Amino acid sequence: MHADPKGVLTGVHFMDGDHACCEGALAAGARFAAGYPITPSTEVVERFAARIPTIGGIFIQMEDELAASIAIQGAVWGGAKAFTVTSGPGFSLMMEHIGLAAMTETPCVFVNVQRGGPSTGLPTLPGQADMMQARWGSHGDYGIIALCPNSPQECFDLTITAFNLSEEFRVPVMMMLDECVGHMTEKVVIPEAESIEVTPRRYTKRSPEEYRPFEPQEDLVPEMVKAGDGYRFHITGLTHDERGYPDMSVGTQDRLVRRLTEKVKPAGDGRALYETGDLDDAEVAVVSYGITSRVAQRALQLARARGIRAGKFRLITAWPFPERQIRELAGLVKAFVVPELNLGQMVYEVERSAAGKAKVIPVTHAGGTVHNPDVILDAIMEAVR
Amino acid sequence: MQPLTEIRIAGFGGQGVILAAAVIGRAAAIYQGAYAAMTQSFGPEARGGSSSAQVILSTEPILYPYVTQPDVLVVMSQEAFTRFAPQLKPGGILIAEQDLVQIDGLPAGSRVYGVPATRLAEELGRKVVLNIVIVGFFGAVTGLCDPGALRKAVAASVPPAMEALNLRAFDKGFDYGAQIVAGLA
Repeated sequence: MHADPKGVLTGVHFMDGDHACCEGALAAGARFAAGYPITPSTEVVERFAARIPTIGGIFIQMEDELAASIAIQGAVWGGAKAFTVTSGPGFSLMMEHIGLAAMTETPCVFVNVQRGGPSTGLPTLPGQADMMQARWGSHGDYGIIALCPNSPQECFDLTITAFNLSEEFRVPVMMMLDECVGHMTEKVVIPEAESIEVTPRRYTKRSPEEYRPFEPQEDLVPEMVKAGDGYRFHITGLTHDERGYPDMSVGTQDRLVRRLTEKVKPAGDGRALYETGDLDDAEVAVVSYGITSRVAQRALQLARARGIRAGKFRLITAWPFPERQIRELAGLVKAFVVPELNLGQMVYEVERSAAGKAKVIPVTHAGGTVHNPDVILDAIMEAVR
Repeated sequence: MQPLTEIRIAGFGGQGVILAAAVIGRAAAIYQGAYAAMTQSFGPEARGGSSSAQVILSTEPILYPYVTQPDVLVVMSQEAFTRFAPQLKPGGILIAEQDLVQIDGLPAGSRVYGVPATRLAEELGRKVVLNIVIVGFFGAVTGLCDPGALRKAVAASVPPAMEALNLRAFDKGFDYGAQIVAGLA
């Protein structure tokens, strides 16, 4: 299905990543947002609040991030596509409701424009230290999807992808920006509405008598209804059976939680988004994401200029982690170099996936700015030694 | 356009520093087929007196996002000069609002251009367009962007009702700069 032209600001713009993310949400069909302002993410919903009255939809500034992250889920069950936007401290407050969205299979998007942490940390400066929190922050076992843009253009493009994946897999999707990408202004091309693919909600065609709210389809994802359509349904954070009613039996728990984890796996395997370059003859693969991938690319240019056979593997899908791709690559390269604006997070996934077949060298940074490309270059040189 | 040019524009909050940088970036990225990346100083210091924006122009995709050593430094306040002049690349260009900035001590071989941008803007009846006067002046003295592209970017960056005034401001700054360049030739 194509995007609704009302939400698509077709044209060539000079726009920052936060605004581009908002335009991506509007193009994807988001007509409800709730948020609580926090640097460096506020511009996303600030723009949404300004744009939505002319398109038709609602923005609510809530009393806090807990409220924002649950308001969007009410909107989704009322029939809207919805998202919220925050940064580290607010993301922490949203964890409980991310778990609820996972448990109730509520399709929605959480945008986290990462700043330096922990706690209040560095409000105006970049970090990438919420990557593990995005995956594991809420209690219990569940799967999520997380995407990492590295430019304002990708903030637009991947926000549409995030909404589409959330509808397809009925799962909360995390857009993991960083302050640098969010506040950077570059050219952003927004195409015509008819060339933007939008995934519709998986509404059931069954009658109210036949419909079972949590009965999985072939791809393990159940069909939805919306409030007011005449279906009787029940949504709960308690372990529930296919009718949606609480059922604390071990068997139901096992079936449900395994399904919540299994259903998103294709998004990290055959469907994982990533970008590679110069890997054919590479001895070293640099694995990076977000703004760090651009700095890493500069380091790769410097390495190639010195005759070092180094290539890139840029994670666009961070979760589910594309472990098969990294495992295969581990058989071909001597080493992985993993720069990130944290003291080591995705590097552990690379290490796990490489399973000892290649050396893994982290290039850590506590955040506040980006790496110096020379530091990544040094790690690449160490890796080939 | 050179393969990669780093530009920093700095002044007081309210002088339109960010818009000036956005016009230059938009001209390059949208009307000239080049690449441009703009970042702003979002530090707490940017929430009051001072304001600063950085633009990188390039013929290739831009990888490293920040300005490290500007080829061109535009200063609209004494504080901005004091803070950022030491970072100017040797042989770089300094553009200063000459009524607001006193220049003392610059890296060797720098080229310095002064413009009374606030006064020129006041002659147009609106001091607020001093940033666009500066953009015009920048266009004339650096030759980094196509003047036509800069003009289009000015028109695209301001509300329609302000377009004519801003284009006059651009032309005024550009002509002032062109005269200086002609005088030096």
